[in-house]
Amino acid sequence: MKPKLAMFSFTSCEGCQLQILNLEKELLEILNAVEIVNFREAIDQKSQDYDVAFVEGSITTQKEIEEVKDIRQKAKAVVAIGSCACIGGINAMKNFFPIDFVKKQVYGEMGKYFDTLPVQKVSDVIPVEYEMHGCPISKKEFLSVTKNLLLGVPLKQPHYSVCTECKMAGNVCLYDKGETCLGAITRGGCEAVCPTFGDSCHGCRGLGEEANIQGMVEVLRANGLTEAEIKNKFSYFNGLMNFSEVTK
Amino acid sequence: MKKLDINVHHITRVEGHGNVVVNYEKGVVEDFRLEIVESPRFFEVMLRGRHITEAPQITSRICGICAVGHTTTSLRASENALGITPSEQTQEIRKIILDAEFIQSHVLHVYFLVLPDFLNVGSVLPLAETHPEEVKRALRLKKLGNDLCEVLVGRHVHPISMAVNGFTKIPSVKDFQVVLKMLKDSEEDIKKMIDLFGTLQMPDFWQETENIGLTNCEFALYDGKITSSLGKKLEKTSDYLDLIHERVVSHSSAKHVKGEGETYSVGALARLNLSAEKLHEKAKEVLKKYKLSLPNFNPYNNNLAQVVETVHCFYDSIERIENILKKGIRQENHLGYKIKAGRGVGAVEVPRGILFHDYEIDKNGIIVKANCIIPTGQNLANIEKNMKKLVPEILGKSKEEITHDLEMLVRSYDPCISCSAHFLDVEFK
Repeated sequence: MKPKLAMFSFTSCEGCQLQILNLEKELLEILNAVEIVNFREAIDQKSQDYDVAFVEGSITTQKEIEEVKDIRQKAKAVVAIGSCACIGGINAMKNFFPIDFVKKQVYGEMGKYFDTLPVQKVSDVIPVEYEMHGCPISKKEFLSVTKNLLLGVPLKQPHYSVCTECKMAGNVCLYDKGETCLGAITRGGCEAVCPTFGDSCHGCRGLGEEANIQGMVEVLRANGLTEAEIKNKFSYFNGLMNFSEVTK
Repeated sequence: MKKLDINVHHITRVEGHGNVVVNYEKGVVEDFRLEIVESPRFFEVMLRGRHITEAPQITSRICGICAVGHTTTSLRASENALGITPSEQTQEIRKIILDAEFIQSHVLHVYFLVLPDFLNVGSVLPLAETHPEEVKRALRLKKLGNDLCEVLVGRHVHPISMAVNGFTKIPSVKDFQVVLKMLKDSEEDIKKMIDLFGTLQMPDFWQETENIGLTNCEFALYDGKITSSLGKKLEKTSDYLDLIHERVVSHSSAKHVKGEGETYSVGALARLNLSAEKLHEKAKEVLKKYKLSLPNFNPYNNNLAQVVETVHCFYDSIERIENILKKGIRQENHLGYKIKAGRGVGAVEVPRGILFHDYEIDKNGIIVKANCIIPTGQNLANIEKNMKKLVPEILGKSKEEITHDLEMLVRSYDPCISCSAHFLDVEFK
């Protein structure tokens, strides 16, 4: 019997699910190896019986907390996919404002009827087997993680930074161009696609295991960034980290 | 006495979450609503305090499916706030990227989400077994749209190099040659797509409505004047609130919107109703082949209108690329602009209809106020209006058939509900 895969989506842009649909060349082959039983973006079927659950999005309502706990009970393995699910991502910017203010700004007096909590990453609510980082996830990583899950090979995060991959790609360092970048402290695995296309790394894959945050802050200061600009840079995707605690 | 409650939770095959709730009692229609239960994202608040140059990449994350559309609209709003007019080359490349997004988004919708309804299969998965050639063709065409974005701006889901006043990396001559070949190699697939959708019989339904979209001297996607089919045409994009009136409704986190009339629709069919005469000749041929009379007020025909637009965008992008290659590519420096206080509105046609971003910034370029109005939010009231008319017309059918018809109606609007900047799950007791 083929292993059953389920896709679930919480507060997000659903772009990570789309990245999976964007594996046009491999999609039919994947379907030969697994059975997809839950994927609202693509199919009607809804099943409560699955082996692996891929969970996209942050957890931002009471209902989502209950739903993700239910998924944990039913699945043998849960993989959080994308920045929203793994580190809070862009969604976490909401946490810099009081919830009542947030609701009122968008919905006015009707705001009080809206159920919304401060943003949590999936692992704040349930334990997960693996976090597939990125905004969006890398299609390659989805393929390799899925393959390893099926073969029972242990899953490992890349232990190098975006900076390493950027050097391997032969890019001119953005600091040499007078710009700033978080590639040195950000977990790799994206093949440094943003610097390759001329943009700096914003840290969407989260902080690497041995990230020297204090060192990064000093580099940014030395490059003329104000304290507010530095904080903004870190909070782009990593808004859930306690910035004041990790910097001096 | 006949009592019928239909409650379809999480309509599948729409991107995002949506519930259809229909209460039908004593032969009288009592309550119709499209319930939106997506968790609210609050982008308008999240943008506060961020620098204007970050807005395009942040708002791209409103919706993975319309990532290029949000990025483009945000760029236009940011540039309008800063008083920048990007170079002709920049605008041409953006139009090609937008064409690519239309191709990938429309193909995904009509093949994966709509076609299974007409072939009476539950989804694209059984379709892969019964119609493998069609599914492979759909995947190739979807890949075409994605590959175009990947080569030119890094990727489709959250484009990387699109920046205020230009690109952080300008595509090379070779990049354009590569994508031109990809496009030309796909012409046969496009022709087969036209033939396939020409065989589908859309359900009969007609309800006149207001259409709103951009109009211009070309088929307006990237740029144009905000126009209502009821006659209003705005000279200035920044006056959009003179025509577009947002309101919060209790059962939906997506705000409902009013135009000149009570409801209006946006999207492919609305665009054809407003400016079909500006379509590429090849797309006009499809229109004729499909015998689509215009203006057309059968919402199911939005599916066919998307095929017509796919053909338009396919040939439009080929012509633009050939033109760029003829003219040569300039390595422009995009950083030469000054930050100043102001307000800017961007209005761009994205696959599901007209999209608005509206920002106010202070003298340091920090966003102090932001508003986004998404296409699906604009269509919601119209979808409800359609349902109200449709249900009494199909009451003779079984509960399953009625449910199916309603789902098809909602799906024909291609409601990208996840892209709703505002979304909630309201329970009023």
